[in-house]
This record gives sequence, structure tokens and C-alpha cells, in this order.
Amino acid sequence: MKVAVCVKHVPDAAAPRRFDPSSKRLDRSGEGTLNSFDVHAVEEALRIKDRDGEGEVVLVSLGPVGAGDSLRKALAMGADRGLLVSDDAAAGSDLVATSRLLAAALERENADLVLFGQQSSDADGAVLWAAVADRLRRPLLSQAAELELGDARVRAKRQTEFGYDVIEAPLPAVVAVSDAINEPRYPSLKGIMGAKRKPQDTLTAGDLGLAPDHVGEEGSATTVLAFADPPPRGDTTVIEDDGSAAEKIVDFLAERKLL
Amino acid sequence: MSTVVFLEHHEGELLKGALGVLAKAAALGDDSVAGFIAGADVEELAAEAGKYGAQVVYVADDPRLAAPLPQPRVDVLASLVRDEGFDTVLFGASVLAADVAGGLAARLEAGLNWDLVDLERRDGELVGKRPALGDSVYVDVGWRDGPRIALFRPGSFEPEAGGGEPSVERVEARIEDFSLAATMVEQAHEERTGPSIEDADVIVAGGRGLGAPEGFAIVEELAKALGGAVAATRAVVDAGWYPYASQVGQTGKTVAPKLYVAAGISGAIQHKVGMQSSNVIVAINKDRNAPIFEYSDLGVVGDVHEIVPKLTELVRERRGS
Repeated sequence: MKVAVCVKHVPDAAAPRRFDPSSKRLDRSGEGTLNSFDVHAVEEALRIKDRDGEGEVVLVSLGPVGAGDSLRKALAMGADRGLLVSDDAAAGSDLVATSRLLAAALERENADLVLFGQQSSDADGAVLWAAVADRLRRPLLSQAAELELGDARVRAKRQTEFGYDVIEAPLPAVVAVSDAINEPRYPSLKGIMGAKRKPQDTLTAGDLGLAPDHVGEEGSATTVLAFADPPPRGDTTVIEDDGSAAEKIVDFLAERKLL
Repeated sequence: MSTVVFLEHHEGELLKGALGVLAKAAALGDDSVAGFIAGADVEELAAEAGKYGAQVVYVADDPRLAAPLPQPRVDVLASLVRDEGFDTVLFGASVLAADVAGGLAARLEAGLNWDLVDLERRDGELVGKRPALGDSVYVDVGWRDGPRIALFRPGSFEPEAGGGEPSVERVEARIEDFSLAATMVEQAHEERTGPSIEDADVIVAGGRGLGAPEGFAIVEELAKALGGAVAATRAVVDAGWYPYASQVGQTGKTVAPKLYVAAGISGAIQHKVGMQSSNVIVAINKDRNAPIFEYSDLGVVGDVHEIVPKLTELVRERRGS
């Protein structure tokens, strides 16, 4: 089975992150890392290949040239090859433009299964798979906490606000996995050494048949207007419990008419 | 300007989050505010939507819409938006709503802004407010042109009753083959009493500081006394102490109740992003240096096992129950 995993190179959340006030885009010049949610999707793809004893795991990513670092990390885990869509004209793409680019790249790969992680840690987005599935006209399963494959079908346990659903679809399909689905492996030293020799292709928007005005800011339908500080919280009062803390909490709640 | 709100429902009731978005749409002063309900045997929900401000309710009632799956809903909603010329489509965020909104954006080549906490009209243009980068910055976002699609963070708006009898329009469900390929095998439900955390005005949340799964009993008692819901941190959900549906934080739900009581929660950033927009935060933790005290309105340094049961008792006395 051929599995394509969509992965994103994101600014390291441990370092200070900021928006560039002039371009109004997230500053991606600092240290980047593989989106931690996507690592679970890579792991799930590798487990499918391990179980079948055959198949191919292809990484598909949209990002700056530096995104190759994140692809290498996933290759070190065991993925077979990487496809990076990188184009200056594609910078600043919103959901419609990004899904156009990814869907075009995925059309070329024509995988049996397309996997996504549950969200991006930089944009907090959790909608891309739905847009991509619609463009590919393929069935969609999201928030999968468990995945079963067999007989050209995929079955997922979906976590929702109300509990767990079991959903099934024929392949080819698009699936977004939750980070509860597995514990990802760490790359072995052999994997890290081998990753450098694994194929990594880079394509432009033009290679995918997309005109410059269909991608990037020009091809986007949303805009970023301005930035502001978060609204301030009121003062914080911290008290030590001297045996009367429960009474003090009740008084506090009563004052604010919360009882 | 004409707006349609996606009205999600569960077990015969419209979700509070969707009704809150309906109230927001009405407050923006649109020419007309419509609701969209998709499902099987859902016609009676239309009257309920009217009470909460929908002047027109479009109902797609079809057995193929019985399961809460996104793709058939994208087909029906996309046709409705095109046919009726809606320029704004609003959603209260949920697993289902996010998938419908994402699919709809691609289908209509329309802009989608997500995780919004507010929406306002500025010089005739709609501007959304989105907390970003762990809520450290608030971003004003807009749309190039219609249709404009938005997903709102749970708890952003209160529903407002006081509407009237809506006019109900039946919508024919034209559904693509690929949209019916995914099927619901089993729609399961976790046992739950009291409100869900998305719908609750009061949330009492527990973390590692409770010591053991049994520690949640005191949290449940307090939630019951306050008429609220129980939430949990990722650490205790991962440890199997409490179900995932209650998880608040980066990989769980984002909530904004009127009162959030954090018991035995240190409040690392992953948890903070899920609850910091709560109106009032009260934290109880034995560690004076726990990060949660930095963003609580009232912080209590002490033992949750002593304070929480006492608090429950006092709340019961006060409420006379």
C-alpha cells in the first residue's frame, strides 16, 4: 500500500515566536521543526508498512526550502521519500491556496491513503484535510484515535465531543489522526545516517500546473489586518490556605455572582 | 449582507455553541439571519432555532444525513449558499463543524478563518478576532470577498432566546457519491451526567495533583454542587484517569466558561491555551510556583483534598441544596 503523509515544518514553539509586522506573516526565519502532531501520522504510516511488510511511505510538504530539515527527520524515522512543494510565490497561502497546492501534489502521488496530523502547532489549524479531501473527491475520516486497514477499506475510531464513533470508508481515503493514536518512534542512528541518501524532490507551483495568482497571498481568500496584545486579565490574588481558604473562595465567587 | 449559521445538533437538541453564534449573527444587524439544519427527522428543531434568533431555517431532512458526517453536509450547504446567495457562513467549532467548514471552503473557493473569539463590522467589512501563538497575540483577520466562512471557539457567545416563529424552508439534499463513501458503523456515546464541557457555564477541572483516578470524586462533587461540568488535563487523560472527551488544552478542547476551577493543575502552556479565555479562573494547587497562579483571578496555595470537599459543602449550603 502507498501511504502519503502530509507534514509541516513549523517554527519551534520552545523559541519566541512572532508575526512579521510588515509581511503580516508568521516569522519563519528562526529554528524550525517537524510539527509534533504530524509525527503521529508518520508513525501510523510506518506501522502500516511494517505490518504489511511492503509498501511505500511518501512525505508531502509545502514550505520554504528549510522544510527539507523536517522531511529529513521523518525520513530518519523510516519514510521512503519526500516531496516538498516550495515556491516563493506560494508563501502566505491560506487554506484555499494551501489545499490547492497540496491536492495537486497528492494527485500526482495517487496514494491509497493520505494521512494528516490533527493540527498545526503554528496556525492552530485543524481543517486542511477536509479541504484537501474535498478537492480530491475522496472520503474523509478525522480525529482518528485508532485505525484499522484491510480489504481495501479503512476503519477509524473518531473522537468527538460526545465520545467515540466508528467510521469506515473504502480506499483511497483521507484520514487525519489524533495524537492519541500512537507513541512515535525515535529515529535510530542508522535511520538518521540513511535519511541523507533518501530521495527528496522539490516542486514549484508551476510544476503542479498552478498559476502564480492561484497560490500565495494572491490566491488566498482571507487576509491578516492587524495585531494587538491580548486583553489584560484582572489582578491575580494568591492566598495561602490557613484553614479558611474554602470560605474565602465562596466569598470571592459570591461577590462575582457566580454562586 | 446575508448570513447562514450551521446549526449542529446532538440527540435531538441544538448545540449551545451554534445557538451562541446565531445570537452573534443577529447582533451584527444583518438584513436576515438564517439557520441551516441537516439530519434525519430534524424538522422540529427549526422552531427551536427560531426562538434563538433565526428568521429563516433551512432544513435538509434526509436519512442519508442521519449520521454526523461532514461530507454530505458540505454538498447540501454548498448548494444552499450558491442558490440563496449567502455571503457569510458561520460555525461554532466542533469536530463535525470544522470538517464541514474546511470542505465548504474548498468547494466554494471561499476564505475560512478559524478559532475566532469575536466578529465585528468595521467600515462595512467583517473583521474577525483570532488569538494566536498560544493566545499571546490577537490577530484581526478579514476576507477578500464572499462567501466568508468562520469557525468560532467554543464559549465565545451566549445564546439569546427571544426570537419568534421562523419561516421554515425545506432543502433538497443533492449528495455526491464520494460524500457517501464514508459510513458510520457505530455511533457511540460516553456515559455522562450533567452538561458537556463545551456547553457548561462552570467547569471544575482536575489534574495530576489529585493524586489518583479516585481523586476525581471530589472534583465531580464540586462540579455537581456548582451545576457545572468536569474537565481534565492531558496528563490525567493520558494516564487513563478520565475520558478524552473531558480533555481541555492544546490537544483537547478550548473552553471559555464563566467560571473555571482548576484543582491540582499546574497550568503549563498546553493547558493554558485551552482555558485562559475563561471569564473567572480559580486555582487550587499545593505548589506556590505553579504557572497557573500567573493567570488565575484567585489562586489558593493548599491541599486540594482538604479545600475542595470543604468548598463543595459550603457551596451546597449557600445554594440550599
